[in-house]
Amino acid sequence: MKLDSKVPGGPLEEKWNKHIKDIKLVAPNNKRKFEIIVVGTGLAGGAAAASFAELGYNVRSFCIQDSARRAHSIAAQGGINAAKNYPNDGDSIWRLFYDTIKGGDYRSREANVYRLAQVSNEIIDQAVAQGVPFAREYGGNLANRSFGGAQVSRTFYARGQTGQQLLLGAYQAMMRQVQNGNIKYHPRHEMLDVVVIDGQARGIITRDLVSGELCRYEADAVVLATGGYGNVFYLSTNAKNSNVTAAWRAHKRGAAFANPCYVQVHPTCIPVSGDYQSKLTLMSESLRNDGRVWVPRKKGDDRHPNDIPEEERYYYLEERYPSFGNLVPRDVASRNAKMVCDDGLGVGDTGLAVYLDFRDAIKRDGKDAISAKYGNLFDMYENITGENPYERPMRIYPAVHYTMGGLWVDYNLETTVPGLFAAGEANFSDHGANRLGASALMQGLSDGYFVLPYTIGDYLAKQEPGKRYGTDHEAFNEAESAAQAQIDKLLSIDGDRTIIDFHRSLGKIVWDKIGIARNKEGLEQAIEEIRELREEFWQNVKVPGEKNNYNKYLEFAGRVADFFELAELMAVDALDREESAGCHLREEYQTEEGEALRNDDDYSYVAAWEYKGLNGKLEETLHKENLEFEFVELKQRSYK
Amino acid sequence: MSKEMTIHLKYWKQNGPNERGHFEEYTLDSVNEHMSFLEMLDVLNEELILAGKEPVEFDYDCREGICGSCNLVINGQAHGPKERVAACQLHMRNYKDGDHITIEPPRAASFPVIKDLVVDRSAFDRIIEAGGYVSIKTGSATEANSILIQKEKADEAFDYATCIGCGACVAACPNASASLFTGAKIAHLNKLPQGEIERSNRVVAMVDQMKEEGFGDCSNFAECEAVCPVGISISAIAEMRKDYMKAVMSGD
Repeated sequence: MKLDSKVPGGPLEEKWNKHIKDIKLVAPNNKRKFEIIVVGTGLAGGAAAASFAELGYNVRSFCIQDSARRAHSIAAQGGINAAKNYPNDGDSIWRLFYDTIKGGDYRSREANVYRLAQVSNEIIDQAVAQGVPFAREYGGNLANRSFGGAQVSRTFYARGQTGQQLLLGAYQAMMRQVQNGNIKYHPRHEMLDVVVIDGQARGIITRDLVSGELCRYEADAVVLATGGYGNVFYLSTNAKNSNVTAAWRAHKRGAAFANPCYVQVHPTCIPVSGDYQSKLTLMSESLRNDGRVWVPRKKGDDRHPNDIPEEERYYYLEERYPSFGNLVPRDVASRNAKMVCDDGLGVGDTGLAVYLDFRDAIKRDGKDAISAKYGNLFDMYENITGENPYERPMRIYPAVHYTMGGLWVDYNLETTVPGLFAAGEANFSDHGANRLGASALMQGLSDGYFVLPYTIGDYLAKQEPGKRYGTDHEAFNEAESAAQAQIDKLLSIDGDRTIIDFHRSLGKIVWDKIGIARNKEGLEQAIEEIRELREEFWQNVKVPGEKNNYNKYLEFAGRVADFFELAELMAVDALDREESAGCHLREEYQTEEGEALRNDDDYSYVAAWEYKGLNGKLEETLHKENLEFEFVELKQRSYK
Repeated sequence: MSKEMTIHLKYWKQNGPNERGHFEEYTLDSVNEHMSFLEMLDVLNEELILAGKEPVEFDYDCREGICGSCNLVINGQAHGPKERVAACQLHMRNYKDGDHITIEPPRAASFPVIKDLVVDRSAFDRIIEAGGYVSIKTGSATEANSILIQKEKADEAFDYATCIGCGACVAACPNASASLFTGAKIAHLNKLPQGEIERSNRVVAMVDQMKEEGFGDCSNFAECEAVCPVGISISAIAEMRKDYMKAVMSGD
């Protein structure tokens, strides 16, 4: 396997425009002869499917939910960045690019990130034209707000439901093309394999989740926009059905998987309350603008928080980071919460929580002012926990939120399998080792609306229009048989432990040892434990129901099987990266201030893993894509 | 410490769209008050699976009240007793020890049962397909701030656009009408200058599709508004009817 990023030459700001001029086009009469499969209907997949169809390609769109409108992009709260500079506060494409590169701790590709900043403005234009009801100023202009990691106000938002509104915009554009007959729409279908013929992606195998039937679809190119792998941790802020299956099975067919150890943990989530917990809920980090984070100084102090006097409270962020205080970046806040809880200072029934206290803010500004700012978040907190945050400090704890790693792609978003593309959170492309707030929506829509429609044309222009191997080709037979064999195997084990039970145990290993902070010893243990548990899974899992009917637990079983393999690769990748960068904190590599200590000389590369086999242990070969920084200077982050 | 309760469940089992369904009963002994309603169903299923029985299927995804996947009818109420939340945001502390809870799928001919509590809501997709969009191609949009929109107008459009497409409105309506869902999308787009151009065609196409899907008509019970987890106002239906009449009368 050879990694070629295909980044065009020339000055940074001219690369994308030059590339657009240079790439090949497909004539309209030939577009009709090409078929593109798009798996996933979130921002990236929905936007891509609609845009391809508008261009005249035949599109097939697949999603696992009952409707394309339910993809997990819908849950994004905060907003979407763009370099419009409407507030006249000094923003520019360069500044958005620079903030994103720096936020990612210099582990992303300059050219990709610059392109992202360049097309960010067009995304806002596109969404407004679709009728997305962004927040407005009284004069009728679009409103902006500021967000973490930036000194300018560049975030566009639609209350706390920006993801929902942008997704519905993409969904509606898609539905228009369904109506026009340009998109064939397959909800409640799960992709189980990519079909590769003569080294090119030529189709997929899906399972119809209603009938249980396995189906074959042939195409000229396949786009995976299937989201991130945060659910490997079992508990995360991801939707319950979010999974790595499509990406992982593509990986096993030859697509390199990049930087799997880069996982973002969000600091302000509602803590776990018991074993039955099925998911974690995020609360906007804007809460840290007014809330003060603390734990009791004394271990096991079980007094009511309001009865603990000031001098016995440990405001650890304010003490350790006097200049940023409670507003340190996500990774620093998360790491410190874990540290104080590991020291036995955590609060609540589980000891895995810290207080986020609004007492002083309420005293200073009044309850009404705090309610006007955070009322909906306070209500949400009270609804879930049954506690009133106006009267008692909130309990918060970090939770897995976003995965920066994903399928390796070149500048064209093409994976190492020709004809197989990856977009949105499913690829590794733009966020390096840490993603800034309000950048996920930007990247998903950039990939879907403005990058893939060009780059996929360049690929298709080099293919023979209308060429078909037929779905009875040997490669389709083999892929379908393999998928069927796995389903049959899962149903036949009939062991003693449920899928959720296994998944929860796997999640605990991954969270404890490949979570917020990692070290060599823990990672090596994790690899052993994951292998053992995986072996037990294949001997002792109990999957109920039938294969030829709707069967959610069977779906989960297949996904958990893939998480078991991915988890091992995450540990291997984290072990390989003997440095700290962004969200990847190796305890052995920290500055004296306890910050991530990069090693640019040895680790300024993208780790792209090639699947070689699975024999009790996962066999993977590392390929390195060296990151060249021509336009920015590498610096150490500091938030003291 | 948190409280544990005994809860008596009665839930709908139906093996497929053409099978006869029936209720099954089960008593859960240690329901934690902090569990969400869906987590309580997870626990039920874990017990059923380990006992070698069939779990009950239900739809869910985000579990934070925004994706619209869950659509349970709980003791006769869509999304259960708590106002303004989807079933996934209902917590067991709203119940007490010894309570009896009946769980059914939404009952509407246009939402056929797939299995147990899971129904087919693809009719909603087809209503949007009929015209729930602005016909704009990627890349052809004008500079965003060249379209000025009054803040109040934008806020009002948002209030309709916030619909999560769960179908509680259909489940609650005695006529199984989809008027609130359809009206919400029409009101969202028709309030904005971007949607104005296709206003007449949109309302006619979407209302006609709603009828074709077999949803009933609205007779102003307002049950839809009462159960809507995001508080869509029934004025969406008034807007839809006004626009529909205008479009039909003017022959657009």
